[in-house]
Amino acid sequence: MAARTVLDDADITRALRRIAHEVLESRHGDGRLVFLGIPTRGTILAERVHRLVEAIEPGSSSVGSLDITLYRDDLGRTPTRAPAPTRIPDGGIDDAIVVLVDDVLYSGRTVRAALDALADHGRPRAVRLAVLIDRGHRELPIRADFVGKNLPSATSERVRVRLVEVDGVEEVSIER
Amino acid sequence: MKHLLSTRDLDRAAAVRLLDVAEDMAQTATREVRKLPTLRGRTVVNLFFEDSTRTRLSFESAAKRLSADVITVNAKGSSVSKGESLKDTAQTLQAMGADAIVVRHGSSGAAHQLAHSGWVDAHVLNAGDGTHEHPTQALLDAHTMRSRRYGAESRGRDLVGMRVLIVGDILHSRVARSNLWLLTTLGAEVHLAAPRTLLPAGVGTWPARIHHDLDAALDTAPHAVMMLRVQQERMHDAFFPSAREYGREYGLTAERFARLEADTMVMHPGPMNRGLEISSIAADSAQSTVLEQVRNGVFIRMAALYLLIAGSTEADA
Repeated sequence: MAARTVLDDADITRALRRIAHEVLESRHGDGRLVFLGIPTRGTILAERVHRLVEAIEPGSSSVGSLDITLYRDDLGRTPTRAPAPTRIPDGGIDDAIVVLVDDVLYSGRTVRAALDALADHGRPRAVRLAVLIDRGHRELPIRADFVGKNLPSATSERVRVRLVEVDGVEEVSIER
Repeated sequence: MKHLLSTRDLDRAAAVRLLDVAEDMAQTATREVRKLPTLRGRTVVNLFFEDSTRTRLSFESAAKRLSADVITVNAKGSSVSKGESLKDTAQTLQAMGADAIVVRHGSSGAAHQLAHSGWVDAHVLNAGDGTHEHPTQALLDAHTMRSRRYGAESRGRDLVGMRVLIVGDILHSRVARSNLWLLTTLGAEVHLAAPRTLLPAGVGTWPARIHHDLDAALDTAPHAVMMLRVQQERMHDAFFPSAREYGREYGLTAERFARLEADTMVMHPGPMNRGLEISSIAADSAQSTVLEQVRNGVFIRMAALYLLIAGSTEADA
């Protein structure tokens, strides 16, 4: 299996920094920002973007994670995944601008599940989506508001995001 | 995992996983909307051949929290009382499209029979079979002990270093058996205290220390004391001279309760016979985990239903 690195650690940092600026620009005024990462790697990325945003505008945002395992529509088709904890920051998500953060946007089914999960926690003013990689092949009418890198890929290829916190290395690669 | 029939065949990893998922389920109970869509469109049948209120209600609310459709069949007032066999009842449920069958039966091995005789494809959860096992009760007990001991740090942990004393009618108790195997798997040290007449033959081969004197057993300073219910419905013979004598010898009286360490958990699977195996002062104390056990029961059953039904193709994948 041939693997090709498409983003190295400097590229990832640059992409996240750009996302942080774009999120702040798109805020239009005083909306409270809540970054919610989708476990496992989305949670790590959400924490990083949150730190970058705080460095620019302290006190403008909070961060948490949103588990979607129990909301998936492919139960019984894929092996069970143990749910990961959901952490909603103090103050909740009512009237906040929620930015969902995930590593790869692919079919869009994870995001659909996340929207369902979100509705059970409250009613945000708006929900945005930030992803490090958009690899195309959507199966649902969903798009990302903030994209680190668009990566056209074939369905037979595999996009892997590895982050230093859980994988020990920092890179995005594509395997065919 | 296809079925949950006993705790004896659960390994440590599977048991800890069940407890961890129950932790996640507990977390959803604090949200604005407590219902999860996870098992929408699936059917869970509660098949109860024996009277039960709390286990049945617990399984019902667990399945409903996960959005499953729930059908409850009580043997009384059903064709079972007209003489229908377990096989025919099971096949009827299968034809109605049951994804999981929660079964309680007076005969040991009924759940195993249902799961392995090829009558049904559904997942089988044992909710108590005769004097054999009651796995979800043991799991909720372990969950209760783990959260009292480790609080928010519970995830991934077992019960190594805990000493648990189980007191009472070990002979007839499926709760005691399920707890014995599960606690041993999780690394806890199990002590049993009972009169000789209420211990099964061959108890010496069990991985537990046996006591015939409750006061001596309490001297081992257990971290949890589990009082079993005196099952009057199973007491056809004279196992002890009188209820009063049993209460005096093997009950958690106010005096014995006062001797416990301040953080020793007092557990009871319910329903309690107050004044017989447990005194009110112990049952209503801060050390009593009785209501936590009931609450955790729903989360454990949600976890079990989720892992069985949602993970159904894990083996095929």
